[in-house]
Amino acid sequence: MAKNISQNQVADPQPSDGITVAASPTNLSPTTPDPKLLSVRRTWLPPWVRSLGQTYGAAIALLLILLYNVFFTPYFVTMQTFNINLTQVSTIVIVATGMTLVIATGGIDLSVGALMALGGAAAPIIFLNPPFGNQTFGNVLAFIVPVLIAGAFGLFNGGLITYFKIQPFIATLILFIAGRGIAQVVTNGKLQTFNNDTFEFIGLGQLFGVRFQIILMVVIVLVAAWIMRVSTFGRYVLAVGGNESAARLAGVPVSRVKLIVYAVSGLLSGIAGLIVIAINTSSDANQVGLGMELDAIAAVAVGGTPLTGGRATIIGTLIGALIMQLIRFTLLAHGVPDSIALVIKAAIILIAVYVQRSRRS
Amino acid sequence: MEQSEPLLTPLLTMEGITKTFPGVLALQEAWLKVNYGEVHALIGQNGAGKSTLIKLLTGAYRRDKGTVLFDGKNIDFHSPQQAQAGGVSTIYQEVNLVPLRSVSENIFMGREPRRFGLLNWKLMNGQAAALLARFGIRLDVTQPLHTFNVATQQMVAIARAVSFQSKLVIMDEPTSSLDEREVETLFEVIRQLKSEGVSVIFVSHRLDELYSVCDRVTVMRDGQTVATRTITDVSKLELIALMLGKELGEVRKQGVTAFGKENAHHAEQLLLETHQLRRGQKLRGVDVSVRTGEIVGLAGLLGAGRTETARAIFGADTLESGQIEIAGRTVRFKSPKDAIRAGIGLCSEDRKIEGIIPYMSVRENLTLALLPQLTRYGIVQRKKQQTIVESFIKRLGIKTSGPDQKIRELSGGNQQKVLLARWMCLNPRLLLLDEPTRGIDVGAKGEIQSLIAELAGAGLGVLMISSELEELTEGCDRVVVLRDGQSVAELSKQSENLNQDTIMAAMAQGGDEITVAKEKDGDG
Repeated sequence: MAKNISQNQVADPQPSDGITVAASPTNLSPTTPDPKLLSVRRTWLPPWVRSLGQTYGAAIALLLILLYNVFFTPYFVTMQTFNINLTQVSTIVIVATGMTLVIATGGIDLSVGALMALGGAAAPIIFLNPPFGNQTFGNVLAFIVPVLIAGAFGLFNGGLITYFKIQPFIATLILFIAGRGIAQVVTNGKLQTFNNDTFEFIGLGQLFGVRFQIILMVVIVLVAAWIMRVSTFGRYVLAVGGNESAARLAGVPVSRVKLIVYAVSGLLSGIAGLIVIAINTSSDANQVGLGMELDAIAAVAVGGTPLTGGRATIIGTLIGALIMQLIRFTLLAHGVPDSIALVIKAAIILIAVYVQRSRRS
Repeated sequence: MEQSEPLLTPLLTMEGITKTFPGVLALQEAWLKVNYGEVHALIGQNGAGKSTLIKLLTGAYRRDKGTVLFDGKNIDFHSPQQAQAGGVSTIYQEVNLVPLRSVSENIFMGREPRRFGLLNWKLMNGQAAALLARFGIRLDVTQPLHTFNVATQQMVAIARAVSFQSKLVIMDEPTSSLDEREVETLFEVIRQLKSEGVSVIFVSHRLDELYSVCDRVTVMRDGQTVATRTITDVSKLELIALMLGKELGEVRKQGVTAFGKENAHHAEQLLLETHQLRRGQKLRGVDVSVRTGEIVGLAGLLGAGRTETARAIFGADTLESGQIEIAGRTVRFKSPKDAIRAGIGLCSEDRKIEGIIPYMSVRENLTLALLPQLTRYGIVQRKKQQTIVESFIKRLGIKTSGPDQKIRELSGGNQQKVLLARWMCLNPRLLLLDEPTRGIDVGAKGEIQSLIAELAGAGLGVLMISSELEELTEGCDRVVVLRDGQSVAELSKQSENLNQDTIMAAMAQGGDEITVAKEKDGDG
């Protein structure tokens, strides 16, 4: 019987008649669970490695990859490598930051790539045809309006989820499909090319020798991490994801919180869309943000945020995205073809999620 | 009045059934005997073990110990599918069929009659219609299931069960979502089944129903089988006494709970008053009032509408009709947020599902409802928060390694204290407590009870739902008894009619027949 209990410890089935498990004497211990019970889990790793891996796994992995490159990849410690890697990852990080908030509420946002395309399609239309013929005005609007449009579409996602009770996966699938279509309709399916130094600054400009988009990424990550740490909103996000009905009974404005996270996810996708078209000096509604939703979700998962909601780490997401980027860079720098790099990338996701899995039991 | 032993060997004999879940003994040497062609009721309070027993029979769970004899054979089903093939079908409260497929497809799902590898629609529809006609139900079996009402869907589920040549059909609270006319149709079907020699196990919380359709009744309590009786030999009051584990008319010890003896809360202003709260089948006219400094108990059997009443007052569920007055003003809360702003707090019955945010800390759980007041420019005032949390940990004696500990790591009693503190720190005027001491160890239970008494002493109004009669008689100034979604009696210390017998009598009969308790003492 003792064996039976320890095996069931992980699954924690609820006896159907409403006997609360918490009532049991074995669960009364006010401190952490009995280590003997935890060690029943089969593992080939010593316990201290495990707990370290669960808490700092992603950070340690990133450090190891960095060290490897420092010693074995020629010209790794250069400003150029730094800029290349971070510019390639910045849009993923920006989108994944919004995705982390959405996932923290227990949701998912599949529309981010399509919203990037929408933002990217709107910007050139504005600055190529500036209102009142005023180019400066047009440039300013081209930064603001596309981001707001993407945010409004994010709000639409949130509305479907909160007011029409559609599951987030399906609700955001709608714009995943339609968003890119709308972007193509707006641009008549044409590639928009341009030459606008002011606008391109968001992607190509530099401040103190660092690409502006990298600075933007760092600012967004820090602000989001700070908000999650100190604000009431951050606590509401985690409460909604952790136990929605309990949160509602405690007076948490559940609908508003959900609307906001999807709107923020849209806003950040819009910003990422602007960066991508600025780098390319052209906007192709067919290409901008393609596959971004999966890269962003992967970064969130590798970073240690469980998809079940209720817990979130923005810095973890940054680290997760950096790991994925550096793996790809390392493999390419050592002559491994991109096709094989994809397989290795998938393996990394699997390992990362496996190592952290006990945190989400 | 001993167990009425049948002369024939029973269809089903479950004996010595024991089942443990991690740390919980769900069933201990439970037994159940069902005769051939018998409608057998299975009743008990929440947590008595009815569902567990049924799930062990149908193979949804595996038993630790015990024997099951079914139709003369020793059986051990590994899954509900296997049980169905073996002659035991279960019909759940929520009909688990496929709403978009036709009635006949639902009845024959998984074993559709085929011809040349294709579905034989004609045969299938014909057989389905014939099956339903046996119960006097005529409908177009080619229509999708969801176009019919719940009662009809249930008939379809029963027809499906019967088509498996079931010898035993288990119905788990089949009437809870039906109106009176639909219930009568269901009973007709049950009587038809019985006349064909099929046995039925009927789980229900509505005692009245048992008398119109059941032959015998088995009562369970705390994971054990208490008794099996012939329904005509037992009164509702006796059934309730058996379910609650009380002897009727017995002299009872005082001071079983930690509620203070004085109870001199002089109820002053009227704080809460409800008029005829209605919502679906669960709330059908509830009147309850609470004054400042008063503890009012809400008693009733499972499914009587106690939790629904609390949720309706708190704005968690919308009402169909009825009126709620707070301090003399009619209110209509759109959400719990509005109720909280009006100074009301609700501790729900199920801490895990509706109380704690498991992965958040004690600090965040405790201050969750207070956050709007702790917020300045969108940011939580950490120092203020910490001071409040520490003071409540100290005041309530919450055993925790610190405010940062995750609430899921706390014991049930300490979790409950955190949830009480969640409301106390708001300085509410009215607390709605749904089974505040359920599933909590004895020590913490006493602490929580004296805390509730202390709060009322300080002028707070408390509406307390409890299934423990001692809590109601010792802790409450008044007790409102609910039955089938209606308030049927009000008992109070002041009018000296508040005791365990009167509560049980009201649960059984309603307000007019409280005297029954005095006539029928002892249970033979």
